[in-house]
Amino acid sequence: MTSSPAVPDTTPPQRSWYKRNEIAVTPWLFLAPAILFFAFYVIWPIYQSIVISFYDWDGLGEARFIGVENYVELMDDSAFEVSLWNNLKWLLFYLLAIPGGLFIALFLNQTVTGIRIYKSLFFFPFVLSQVVVGLVFSWFYLPNEGLLNGVLGLVGLGPVNVLGDPTMATYGIIAAGLWPQTAYCMILYLTGLNAVDPEQIEAGRLDNAKGWKMLWYIIIPQLKPATFIAFVVTIIGALRSFDLISIMTNGGPFGQTRVLSFYMFEKALSEYGFRMGYGAAIAVVLFLIMLVFIAYFLWSMWSEEKGR
Amino acid sequence: MFPTPIEKTSRSWQLTYQSLLPLALIMWLLPLIAVAIFSIKPAVDFTQGNYWGLPSSFELFANYGQVFTNSDMPRYMLNSVLITVPTVIGAVALSCLAGFALGIYRFRSNIWIFFMFVAGNFVPFQILMVPVRDLTLDMGLYNTKTGLVLFHIAFQTGFCTLFMRNFIRALPFELIEAARVEGIAEWKIFWYVVIPLMKPAIAALSVLIFTFIWNDYFWAVVLTQGPESQPVTAGITSFNSQFRAAYHLMSAGSIVAALPPVLMFFLMQKHFIAGLTLGAVK
Repeated sequence: MTSSPAVPDTTPPQRSWYKRNEIAVTPWLFLAPAILFFAFYVIWPIYQSIVISFYDWDGLGEARFIGVENYVELMDDSAFEVSLWNNLKWLLFYLLAIPGGLFIALFLNQTVTGIRIYKSLFFFPFVLSQVVVGLVFSWFYLPNEGLLNGVLGLVGLGPVNVLGDPTMATYGIIAAGLWPQTAYCMILYLTGLNAVDPEQIEAGRLDNAKGWKMLWYIIIPQLKPATFIAFVVTIIGALRSFDLISIMTNGGPFGQTRVLSFYMFEKALSEYGFRMGYGAAIAVVLFLIMLVFIAYFLWSMWSEEKGR
Repeated sequence: MFPTPIEKTSRSWQLTYQSLLPLALIMWLLPLIAVAIFSIKPAVDFTQGNYWGLPSSFELFANYGQVFTNSDMPRYMLNSVLITVPTVIGAVALSCLAGFALGIYRFRSNIWIFFMFVAGNFVPFQILMVPVRDLTLDMGLYNTKTGLVLFHIAFQTGFCTLFMRNFIRALPFELIEAARVEGIAEWKIFWYVVIPLMKPAIAALSVLIFTFIWNDYFWAVVLTQGPESQPVTAGITSFNSQFRAAYHLMSAGSIVAALPPVLMFFLMQKHFIAGLTLGAVK
């Protein structure tokens, strides 16, 4: 068009580069701040942690490359073994929150007066900080002053010192953790139960399905989205458990309540010395365990996306 | 409705259910009720071993007054507010932008970037601990509220983006197409079309993130120390060593520390639950 100025210019005036590429560029402009923050504080540190796990480093001085020595040391570390086993216990028993939550949700899924207040009050423990939950339960478990032994005493049992007993302490902490987690699963199922198709229930009733059969064949399949989220948050919660242990027993008695996340913190940042490399190696192991679940979660989400 | 509505069952089961409800609730909240009772007892009850009897005198005001006047508690509470509120604003803002980009535009790496946010959000914090602490030290932000806020914003952005993106996906896309046909600039579509529709999501996320951050303990311990910057979750441990074995004061302190998210929950219940179920369970 520059060669023939005589012809009237019908094309619109040259738009700016941004205007022409608006649809392609805009998403990146919108994404930039979030990606920058996330890469800087989350993605990059994951990589760094993996690198640090191959070094001997006290956090201040020069880091010394030692290859897989940290990991070799882990294999003979009995405290690491205990933590790993405890993590397994957490994973297994924490999942009780899912049937527990379903049970309470079924119990509360009625329309009597005041049920809304009951639902909120049942959910209430989830809103408390894990620190407060930890304190509340450590007082609940106290050998003399605690309510648990008060109640046990009424029926002629006890007294038990839950948190002082190496074999019982971890289960005591998991029980404390189950309290808010069950509340969370309950609310997921309550919302899920609202969406259950009433026609299918009627059809089931006509086919004489009742009670357990109805629950198993008609209700639970329809609660699948709720179960999936409950499963995700419970697994994550189990592997992240740190606050409760730190508050209730601080790893004791005799280190029997440590889990990987807590042991890692102890090695890297507490009075036991600043072994950043060793701590990072423990964190990498925890990360690898988590990765199995993350891969599964992402895979499920991906197949659902494709299905749309 | 499942289970069978209570109105359609026998009279005797109806009565059993009605009486079972409050009983179950009391059992469920028993540990908490115990702490609430502790917090209104006088110190003398504990020295005399009257743990579970009635309080010998009603000391609610004295105990809670002590918490507020005789400890660093108000300081910790203020720190918690100053950490939580900026984090909520920052994380919600970033995720509105990112969620819009991932929810509206179709480009090849879209799903991968989305999965990066999701995966990062599931990661155990501990793998971030050593490098993030180091980064914060290097930036001179160790033991500052800013250092904690910046990290929280970044980490919460993962969850928030997941949430926002799914929410925006569910909006009617015709609205955006119509606006494009009108020749409206993309950022104006974001601001004038999408943001007003996102209000429920913003409310839900804000309440949820407020609770998450207020209740955070791990990062508070890793990135701060001392009353000048520690939030209340970390502060409560030093509060408890100040009042060692004074159960009435420790209980009152814990209740004070737990109160803001509890209030938030009871005031904004609908939004809170919408947020928790990720909008996926409708």
